[in-house]
Amino acid sequence: MGEKVLDKHITVINPELCKGCGLCIVACPQGVLKFHDKFNSKGYHYAYYVGEGCTGCSVCFYACPEPEAIAVYKKGYVLKENEEVL
Amino acid sequence: MAKLAFTKSKAFYDQYFRNPNPDKKSTHYCPGCGHGNVHKFIAEALEDFEVVDRSIIISPVGCSVFAYYYFDTGNIQAAHGRAAAVATGIKRTHPHSIVISYQGDGDLAAIGTAELIHAANRGENITIIFINNAIYGMTGGQMAPTTLIGQRTTTTPRGRDVHNEGFPIRVCEMLNSLEAPVYLERVSLHDTKHRAKARMAVRKAIKNQIDGKGFSLVEVLSPCPSGWKMDPVDSIKWIEQEMTKVFPLGVFRDKSKEVESFHFEKPQLPADQITDALGLSQLKVQHFEQSKPEEKYRNPGIKAAGFGGQGILLLGVALAQAGMLEGYQVSWIPSYGPEMRGGTANCHVHISEQPIGSPLVAFPDVLIAMNRPSLERFQNDVKEGGLIIYDSSLIDIEPSRQDVEIMPIPATRMADELGNTRIANMVVLGAYIGYTNALNKETVLATLDTIISRKRLIDINRQAIEKGYEFGYEMKQKASGK
Repeated sequence: MGEKVLDKHITVINPELCKGCGLCIVACPQGVLKFHDKFNSKGYHYAYYVGEGCTGCSVCFYACPEPEAIAVYKKGYVLKENEEVL
Repeated sequence: MAKLAFTKSKAFYDQYFRNPNPDKKSTHYCPGCGHGNVHKFIAEALEDFEVVDRSIIISPVGCSVFAYYYFDTGNIQAAHGRAAAVATGIKRTHPHSIVISYQGDGDLAAIGTAELIHAANRGENITIIFINNAIYGMTGGQMAPTTLIGQRTTTTPRGRDVHNEGFPIRVCEMLNSLEAPVYLERVSLHDTKHRAKARMAVRKAIKNQIDGKGFSLVEVLSPCPSGWKMDPVDSIKWIEQEMTKVFPLGVFRDKSKEVESFHFEKPQLPADQITDALGLSQLKVQHFEQSKPEEKYRNPGIKAAGFGGQGILLLGVALAQAGMLEGYQVSWIPSYGPEMRGGTANCHVHISEQPIGSPLVAFPDVLIAMNRPSLERFQNDVKEGGLIIYDSSLIDIEPSRQDVEIMPIPATRMADELGNTRIANMVVLGAYIGYTNALNKETVLATLDTIISRKRLIDINRQAIEKGYEFGYEMKQKASGK
């Protein structure tokens, strides 16, 4: 098993834990987070990462009030065994 | 190595198993609420400083009452406003713990103002995280002491008016007038830069405690979109545009570099030093044989009542003390007015072979009434088949109960004959044990050494018990037809 190293920065948003407050969206310096057209099981239009342009700055992580809704992984992060971030 | 992953802190539970809601992954906070951000700052700091396992978070009354759902630390939920006092107690008794009092503005700046100010003034080595959202959030958006002038809340529907509700309290400025606090900073969550400052302030306030620097408080201007009836993005704008004008941001006090570290150590006194200090080292712990009363006099719940100054409470103490010496479970609880003499006083005593559930005696087996109001007030509470003992030299009526045993005793007159009316309490005590044999006379006499502080009075109290005992014993013989 070769270890997997991230080759780019990514933001991962858990759609079910997002409450759609939008604070990450206005905070993201790159403007790469958006509200989804779909809504989650609680009825919130959740935020999502458009897939390109994240710089791994972690601003959205600290803007988000939910402990587990957003995770940010920087380029060079070594994934643990069985860990999937996408 | 620089941090490569920003994920949920290990200081949070993976699953919020304490939350009864089936969703164990979400907080209970509203969308856009600042509590979550500050929780994350605290959790990250505790994890980074490696103090999660010795941290105790005090959760307040308010939305963050449920902080214990989330933090995998110790937690105590304090009564409304009392978090700073509870934090003081925990820090003093567990000096190695990291104690974080997490409070909102209703809790800290309204009902808890006194606790806060005195904890700050004592310079307790605790960390207070103060969430200021200018409103009572949990209860539905009422005015708080921090509500802005003109701000509409459910209790100020036309806006806060200084002539009616006064001005917003500025907690950091107020505490800054005190000598002891080490670190006071007001921060805000309204944008990325200020969130970063808030995060650093929380870290510093916790680090100060770890380093033994003293009292640190961080006030966080935090959005309450639900209470403010705004969407989350408008809420952070409102903080920037309105709140920061009234609550200026910045460091008000930072003496963390100047002050020397001080770690309070709990005094560890060996038991013999404590008894020495209390003057009890000469006390001989003696065990007495248990009395063997008739079945109906076993396990009595006793209420003794009279004027303040008649020694009612001491009578109860003697009963409880003697019961303890005979190896019974006992309790004693007083109830009296503010007067030293002349008011009414009563006490509740249990002497039991079983552990005692409540020290109260609402329905006594035995009522000792030393004045008329006490007899009138409590006689109907006595259990059927119970016993009423009353001072017939002071009480000019007879009990109306027909279904209880009654022993009138002219206790005050008997005491007077002995030379001091104030030993009537001991006469009655003697009469009670003489009548019921609930305790052995020798045991009761032995308690006098510890409960009577003026040694010259011990002898006359002893005589009073002896005399009362004889009286009670004879009354019992008569009642039994012997």
